[in-house]
Amino acid sequence: MSSSVNYLRANKMPHIWCPGCGNGIVMSNIIRAINDSGIDREKTVIVSGIGCSSRAPGYMDFDTLHTAHGRAIPFATGIKMANPELNVIVITGDGDSSAIGGNHLIHGCRRNIDITVVIVNNNIYGMTSGQYSPLTPTGAWATTAQYGNIDRPFDIPRVVAACGATYVARASVFHVPQLKNYIQAGLANKGFSIIEAISICPTYFGRKNGMGDAPEMLKWLKDNCKMLKPGDAGNYLAGTAEYDVPYVLGEFVKTTAPEYTESYMKVIEKAGGAK
Amino acid sequence: MAKNKAVLLQGNEACVMGAIRAGMRFYGGYPITPSSEVAEQSSILLPKVGGKFIQMEDEIASIASVIGASLTGTKAMTASSGPGISLKQELVGYASMAEIPLVIVYIMRMGPSTGLPTSPAAGDIMQAKWGTHGDHSIIAVCPSSVKEMYELTIKAFNFAEKYRTPVYLITDEVIAHMREGVELEDDYEVIDRVRPSEAPSADYLPYRCEEGCDVPPMAAYGDGYKFHVTGLSHGESGFPTNSPEVNDKLVRRIVNKVEAHADEICINETHFMEDAEQVFVAYGSCARTAHYVVKQLRAEGVKAGLFVPKVLWPFPANALKAAVSDKVKNVIVPEMNMGQYVLEVERVLGGKCPVTGISKVSGELFKTDELYEKVMEVIGK
Repeated sequence: MSSSVNYLRANKMPHIWCPGCGNGIVMSNIIRAINDSGIDREKTVIVSGIGCSSRAPGYMDFDTLHTAHGRAIPFATGIKMANPELNVIVITGDGDSSAIGGNHLIHGCRRNIDITVVIVNNNIYGMTSGQYSPLTPTGAWATTAQYGNIDRPFDIPRVVAACGATYVARASVFHVPQLKNYIQAGLANKGFSIIEAISICPTYFGRKNGMGDAPEMLKWLKDNCKMLKPGDAGNYLAGTAEYDVPYVLGEFVKTTAPEYTESYMKVIEKAGGAK
Repeated sequence: MAKNKAVLLQGNEACVMGAIRAGMRFYGGYPITPSSEVAEQSSILLPKVGGKFIQMEDEIASIASVIGASLTGTKAMTASSGPGISLKQELVGYASMAEIPLVIVYIMRMGPSTGLPTSPAAGDIMQAKWGTHGDHSIIAVCPSSVKEMYELTIKAFNFAEKYRTPVYLITDEVIAHMREGVELEDDYEVIDRVRPSEAPSADYLPYRCEEGCDVPPMAAYGDGYKFHVTGLSHGESGFPTNSPEVNDKLVRRIVNKVEAHADEICINETHFMEDAEQVFVAYGSCARTAHYVVKQLRAEGVKAGLFVPKVLWPFPANALKAAVSDKVKNVIVPEMNMGQYVLEVERVLGGKCPVTGISKVSGELFKTDELYEKVMEVIGK
């Protein structure tokens, strides 16, 4: 555990996140997963978009890229295509990945390019102080939904599974061992992996939705998440499984498909460009 | 030097060949008329040299992938036309701010909006100059022949690498789609970005310029430097800061690293300028029509001359001022727009002589007779 600190840019502390924010838990578990998977740190690039969670790469001592709002996945795609030896990890928020970056999310899945994407879902746009995102629950309060949110949220595992991601899992910032293990499994998967981390924003979501402070929100996660039953992933993704909680956690997709940069190497061979 | 055999090439095709000659090994694109052949040719030619081509899901993703590829030390390019460039603009600014070398091929068609997709125009000259938010500078090279599509693409890569900045290769649909016999030279200068001279360490500053230089060396991801890149305002460390002093210094440097080197960057072609009294300033396909009309006028005894900027931005202010002597009675700027570049010509010449724009916005190129007649109205023969 103590080794996590070695992966941080200590001189960039204090971070910008509010007290009780879930981003630190997600970041530290990405680091633990990297450490435990044994991937080469000097050949690992961490890419993010814009938003609170997208500030994480600035604190992580790797090659890091803080891009534009919604665009982390295509930047990461260029990196991976140009140099497939690099391990590429994307950290993105719910708005960043599923609203402004939604097109890139689905096409990353379709290509099955070897990138691991961690979606930090705090149900709200935190950086801009509390507007509703595509992952805000129906009925919730947001600064742009002061009469209650009428939008229906995406269910990320079902969206990205349908689009072809070859590893899909969901954990929460309360369910820390699962979170770390799923990220590690995503890193091991040779393809496009999505790990949704249900997080907490006490400042702009919890406080305004009567969920209390950070410890209360963590307790809420404990009480309102259930683990996927063994063998039930297909039913869940088909929408036929019955769970009486807002969030089901677990591994929804573990499959294989041709990886994009490997397929492209075959194009190079066909064209006669292989050395 | 023995002459090379002429080959028949299309403008867009020549551009891709030039790009590969310059060292392009990544292309990220999205289809749009009249630039699609740039993507198609890249998809054919890049894998032959071990390079990578990817067709992204949209225009924004295309330039994003190119920025990512460039950060791995790979020379990278994208291409589009007006509607697509409008979409790419945010990331043009990102590349300016983060100082990422890349080339954007910009084939102009008639706008605004969807306009006339297969018709030539030059209505995007100011979009190329100003098209992103915030103060920045841009380099835009402008070919007016197929051979120049090849040669100026190499120059565009050289500028991108030397100045760590996005560079447009901008021209109109006519130059992109026409075919000409091209005799390529044996040697072309190719410039690669300067890499850091020091080994990776905790003290590495990715945006520190060497003494007397305003462009920082550039490491590649995977080289062990573990550096941070952001579109936020940043100091030499690359990390975000709200410091007014650092921000002021950064914005001035990324603008001046181009503007202060305008004389080195600008490439101009002149015809009959020594004793010229009636001077044309023209670029893209318009320069070809103007050249014909200038020769016609010369044959009739009119002392006509032509100034062709091959680099539109930064504006060739000093070269133009030097070329327009006291003998010049008129400067005429024919453009396939409502008058964009003419405003810069007017500003720079500052009342030295009358400057007149001739505008065409029908989606057709200037015909020689038509330009001749309009010119005669100006010079009042």
